[in-house]
Amino acid sequence: MKSRFLTGVAAAALLTAAFALPAAADDIKQGGSMIVTYKDDVSTLDPAIGYDWQNWSMIKSLFDGLMDYEPGTTNLMKDLAEDYTISDDGQTFTFTLRKGVTFHNGRELTAEDVKYSLERVSNPKTQSPGAGFFGSIKGFDAVASGDTETLEGVTVVDPYTVKIELSRPDATFLHVMAINFSSIVPKEEVEKWGDDFGKHPVGSGAFSLEEWTLGQRLVFKRNESYWRDGLPKLDEITFEVGQEPVVALLRLQRGEVDIPGDGIPPAKFLEVTKDPQYKDLIIEGGQLQTGYVTMNVKRPPFDKLEVRKAVNMAINKDRIVRIINGRAVPANQPLPPSMPGYDKDYQGYPFDPEAAKALLTEAGLGDGFETELYVYNTDPNPRIAQSIQADLANIGIKAELKTLAQANVIAAGGEPDQAPMIWSGGMAWIADFPDPSNFYGPILGCSGAVKGGWNWSWYCNEELDKLATEADSMTDPAMKAEREELWRKIFISVMDDAAWAPIFNEQRFTMRSERLGGPDAIFVDPVHIPVNYDYVWAKDVQ
Amino acid sequence: MLSYVLRRLMQSLLILVGVSLFTFVLLYLVPADPARQIAGRSATAQTVENIREQLGLNLPFYQQYARYLLALVQGDLGRSYLQKTEVSELIASRLPATLLLMAGSIFCELLLGITMGLVAAVRRNTTTDTTLMVLSFTGVSSPQFVVGILLLYIFAVQLGWFPIGGYGTFMHLVLPSITMGILGAGWYTRMMRSAMIDVLRQDFIRTARAKGLGRVQVLFGHAVPNALLPIVAMIGIDIGLFMSGIVVVESVFGWPGIGQLAWQAIQRVDIPIIMGVTLVSACAIVLGNFLADLIAPLIDPRIKLR
Amino acid sequence: MAVDVKPEVIRTAVQTGGTSAPESRQPGVLRRLMKRKLAVLALVSIVCIVGAAVLAPLVAPFDPSEQFFEGLTLEGAPLPPGEHFWLGTDLLGRDLLSRLIYGARTSLIIGLVANGIAVAVGALVGILAGFFRGWVETVLMRFTDLMMAFPALLLAITLAALFRPSLWIVAMVIAMVNWVQMARVVYTETRSLSEREFILAERAIGAGTFRILFKHILPHLVSSILVFGTLGISTTVLLEATLSYLGIGVQPPTPSWGNIIFENQTYFTSAPWLVFIPGFAIIALALSFNLLGDALREELDPTQKGRH
Repeated sequence: MKSRFLTGVAAAALLTAAFALPAAADDIKQGGSMIVTYKDDVSTLDPAIGYDWQNWSMIKSLFDGLMDYEPGTTNLMKDLAEDYTISDDGQTFTFTLRKGVTFHNGRELTAEDVKYSLERVSNPKTQSPGAGFFGSIKGFDAVASGDTETLEGVTVVDPYTVKIELSRPDATFLHVMAINFSSIVPKEEVEKWGDDFGKHPVGSGAFSLEEWTLGQRLVFKRNESYWRDGLPKLDEITFEVGQEPVVALLRLQRGEVDIPGDGIPPAKFLEVTKDPQYKDLIIEGGQLQTGYVTMNVKRPPFDKLEVRKAVNMAINKDRIVRIINGRAVPANQPLPPSMPGYDKDYQGYPFDPEAAKALLTEAGLGDGFETELYVYNTDPNPRIAQSIQADLANIGIKAELKTLAQANVIAAGGEPDQAPMIWSGGMAWIADFPDPSNFYGPILGCSGAVKGGWNWSWYCNEELDKLATEADSMTDPAMKAEREELWRKIFISVMDDAAWAPIFNEQRFTMRSERLGGPDAIFVDPVHIPVNYDYVWAKDVQ
Repeated sequence: MLSYVLRRLMQSLLILVGVSLFTFVLLYLVPADPARQIAGRSATAQTVENIREQLGLNLPFYQQYARYLLALVQGDLGRSYLQKTEVSELIASRLPATLLLMAGSIFCELLLGITMGLVAAVRRNTTTDTTLMVLSFTGVSSPQFVVGILLLYIFAVQLGWFPIGGYGTFMHLVLPSITMGILGAGWYTRMMRSAMIDVLRQDFIRTARAKGLGRVQVLFGHAVPNALLPIVAMIGIDIGLFMSGIVVVESVFGWPGIGQLAWQAIQRVDIPIIMGVTLVSACAIVLGNFLADLIAPLIDPRIKLR
Repeated sequence: MAVDVKPEVIRTAVQTGGTSAPESRQPGVLRRLMKRKLAVLALVSIVCIVGAAVLAPLVAPFDPSEQFFEGLTLEGAPLPPGEHFWLGTDLLGRDLLSRLIYGARTSLIIGLVANGIAVAVGALVGILAGFFRGWVETVLMRFTDLMMAFPALLLAITLAALFRPSLWIVAMVIAMVNWVQMARVVYTETRSLSEREFILAERAIGAGTFRILFKHILPHLVSSILVFGTLGISTTVLLEATLSYLGIGVQPPTPSWGNIIFENQTYFTSAPWLVFIPGFAIIALALSFNLLGDALREELDPTQKGRH
């Protein structure tokens, strides 16, 4: 039931260590097929536009970028880039491309395509939700304002070399080159299909789109000339959309489905996890996600630090975790545990309703007050919100629930005077790439605290913003630890100001059918969310 | 007759324009900002502004509406904000599923309604009659989501006779059709019963009986055909009921029709789709009413089309 | 969703025949209703539900919003019906029976308020259009046609998604889509009434418009309004349940029968009682009002000029 429209790359380091490509990977025969289901329709497969739970990893299998992550991990690796060099000032990246890589239409992929793809995604006419990620490329502002269509910073040196100059140091740039928005697309196909390119995607990825019946199913076929030897393993993948997660799981139990793309729904969770029959088929993975309650610091009474601290101490996170059947771990800070920069030693605010009440009295609100809590209206979010509501009532805060469609909650959060409190569930921030900076700017920094922004706490601490900029300028790999330390400091300062009440970090639970093979980690891949399709293989053709 | 048809068509057109204006106003008032939705969470203010301009969302209301109408006249329902596809294409791709469900549910409601109504009329004022009437009222009083989930639970999950939702084969069609049909069957049972009682009282039936025709012959040869006409007309009028029903039933059964499309669009505030589906449904309703009115004189010669 | 009054063409086309055909009209309606077993049964169940709703604080075993620690298993699963919680608990560990009883309040309040508004607006529009004719009729009835062309549920969903939902907003939304049927019934009746001889006679002797309206027209409409008002409650209850089921109805933690189902629907395989008990409650209430309305119609209106 959880819809993660606006989902980015989640990431888990939990399984990183456990994962290694099978030693005998080459022995696995290609062939076979599988059926994957999703609840929501696939909107588009245009890599410049797609930003959903469903299409994220589909796009990754259809397209390639310069960089990618090792399957099942958050470790960067080279993809279309055979090699790259970074200048000493960290502002010039030179990529050498692999030779002989072809698009699904047979044409060879060259440096011109890289330049075209980056310019296309930056161009406001493309309406890419990811355009903002490319802000550090030199000349981006001129393209974004519509003055020109050429990115000054991107130069084609020769057909297999492309040079990218930045206008400022950006420690996250290689991650940016790995997100879907920087996938390489062929110009002639984009121009041929125009606005419908998303329905007729042509890339260089492991699979190509064979069939798409709107609202029903998509069929992917193996790209016979894929440049990685022996990949992908499967001949065909069928995606069926419009299937409720509960239905998908029932069908999996009957052997009609191989992977429920939305994971194990809460309603079936206890039943299947208790059943020994499914023990080996259930896979757990973390994700770089935090569920939190925002408090609008610009509006009374949440402008008072004591009140925000009181809310932090009033909420019984263990109970909430129990309500969702233990599918999460309580959180005490914005960053999820597997994200670099997470502070293991930080204790957070304890659950202590008495102390919370005392804080309210200190703030002059001993009799409590009335407020509103906005929630996205799909299960389990209204339930979680009701639990929070009951906890707040305990210390005298009467919070009225507003359960609304997702777009309406987001709209209310982006207005300075509308939503005093928001439970982020279902819209929660999932990192676009495994780097702490992605958890700061838009949701806690001053740049997000604007009309239409995602900083629903309206928390703006210019000092922290300065530190964040400083951290992102540390491009030298040798300064990695120092950079992490700086981020740690930033997020703990956020907690000192209690801009959020972090609630939990969600775990992902999914299941695969008996007939599928492959390392567990790829079924809960932290980057190829939810599944890294390229590495799944079928047992029945071995 | 021809002038009546023309006048009714003009009226229908006006009604549809009214529906489009009313819906457009409602959706204009929605607090969610489409430009920000398209732009996504990582967008800069500049991007949002560009998108707003490209979609004409910065124009005053009447200009936006005029643009919409102008495009509509050319058969263009616009592009979905989030699905990034022509709305007409989305609707066209899902219409067959909805029409199939419609056929299935009309079949169910007629079958159930006519049989039950017939039996009730023949066994008038007996326990059978009362039981059937209570049953028909129960059908009318049952929310479709309860019926749907109940049927799904019993016949698909527990007994495993039918697939658990989805689309494609005849077996997929059965449960959603019954769910949709039960409501209508309640009405048709009552209509069929009163129509039959009415027909059975009339002179030509007495004549037929007097001529010595058998009971079954009289019933099926004379009475039933006469009682059926109003029911046929009712189908036209019931389109509105059907259009409301599909939103719920298609969600329960994962049926890929326009009801599910509409519901998903409403949840995500995808305005062009909501507009498109509302207009298509309104067209269907207006058309259904129109046809019913055309049939009316056949049922009762006293009715004149004015 | 349910009571849909069909255009008058069809209704006149389909003549009627009741289960019994009472000859006389007004007096002793209640007494005669009491002779109908089904009507009595319906009345009794309505009285029970209303009684439970009114006396909720006394009748309900627990506080409906109290999230009991022992109301969930250690793993967080709801409890099936049992000794302590008679009808089991919901996913937050709240007592289902108590929530059903308090939920009856919500359903009935909305049923009465929304239906009251719909009846008032519908009757007013119908009378004005039917009595004054001319441009008033054109404007009002064309607007009614317009509303009829909307798929009711789609309109209600859009409206409910537009405004931040609360109990009163939900009631208003439902009223907004439901007044149309009443307007059409009243319109048709008023129009035929105002052409009847006694009204024409009144007009001829120069009786005032209001006098005619209140003294002569309105009393004749009472039975129709009563019948359709009663039937309308069932429609309203169903529509409220459907809106809540889609998650855009009454706001939690206020229970309503529809939102209890909404909150628990995905658990229908593992905790079926959470879905089907409130489901049957909705059916029972809607069925009772339908049976009562039907009995009323047969008693008040031997020709059944109402529906169909």
